[in-house]
Amino acid sequence: MKKKILSLKELSERTYGLASGHRACAGCPFPSIVKMILGSSDYPVVVANATGCLEVVTTIFPYTAWPVPWIHSAFENVAATISGVETAFKALQNKGVMPADRKVNFVAFGGDGGTYDIGLQSLSGAMERRHNFLYVLYDNQAYMNTGIQRSSATPFGAHTTTSPAGKVIPGKVQHRKDITEIVAAHDIPYAAQASPSHWGDLIRKARRAFEIEGPKFIAVISPCVPGWGYDESESIELARLAVETCFWPLYEIDNGIYKLNYKPKNKLPVKVWLEKQARFKHLLDKPELIDEIQNKIDEKWKKLLWLDGKKVED
Amino acid sequence: MKFKSWKDLPEGAIVRDVPTSPEFKTGDWKSRTPKYIPEKCTHDLLCWLYCPDSAIHVKDGKIEKFDLDYCKGCGICASICPQDAIEMVEEEV
Repeated sequence: MKKKILSLKELSERTYGLASGHRACAGCPFPSIVKMILGSSDYPVVVANATGCLEVVTTIFPYTAWPVPWIHSAFENVAATISGVETAFKALQNKGVMPADRKVNFVAFGGDGGTYDIGLQSLSGAMERRHNFLYVLYDNQAYMNTGIQRSSATPFGAHTTTSPAGKVIPGKVQHRKDITEIVAAHDIPYAAQASPSHWGDLIRKARRAFEIEGPKFIAVISPCVPGWGYDESESIELARLAVETCFWPLYEIDNGIYKLNYKPKNKLPVKVWLEKQARFKHLLDKPELIDEIQNKIDEKWKKLLWLDGKKVED
Repeated sequence: MKFKSWKDLPEGAIVRDVPTSPEFKTGDWKSRTPKYIPEKCTHDLLCWLYCPDSAIHVKDGKIEKFDLDYCKGCGICASICPQDAIEMVEEEV
């Protein structure tokens, strides 16, 4: 049986992740997410990338930081692109061009813009067609690459350039949508939420996803230094606090069965996470808005505690 | 620098012999430099895992070197290290 969890020594023997020389902001955590995903695969990986920070900073022609075959076509169609790659691979196998027993893991990376908003239809289609791929969402909660515009992943109350906090509105006035549940509603075999701060959990989830045939989805929170407004050394700490406050619960839906993977011993109030970020600083003197955020988190957390261990149809 | 015309570029802008990004050094972005203290290091490799720039090299499960040609000085390694085996030092101007 294959090992579910890898030690960091084992991971370091498998991959170095993205090559040095990419232009991601200092302290951006998504290269670590890529490292964990690529290192988790037991077979060669082919990557498709939606337009977004990750795509832009890693592939400024003629430079590329990807040590694996990689393709980008547009913002809205990464799931369709990886569907095509996966189908082409199957066709080559059927024609005998590619050995029939060769195994390849197909991975799509998309940001929240390319997943919650612009790429949602292609993701939905690819899942419905039951392509064999893993979709990894790195969720930094706004259009950071173009200069911090709100997306449907942006949390309530967050300041962005298109939801500016001021006299008229206190940051974004809508709550974010729950992408993991939207994806899970496609009845796919595996959907999960993870965080780079909890690396053992993330690697286990990636390895679990890779052993399943069909569409898989992992949403990973990815704090953003300029977009969230914090010191660049604190990216992993911000991801950890998102988990400890239950803003970003670590859970998975494996063949319909909910599993809460981490229950904080002391569930921290969301304020601890909010006050570390400049995008929420205007909320600190508005306790009623913080309460609204807290209530939303508590509601979801209660639901997850109830769902934990249950099958969807139970 | 003379720019290439489209005729000189590879078909489909395919880049071979990947990765090519190490040709571009990002080390001059930093204003603080990690100082590694090997005596304190237990080689738990957390700094390697979380270094966004793959600037910490590991060999046989041990920290081998910090590649300052690419380190952007974010300080995640120093903040994540449970042994305080990395210190960030401000660069002098």
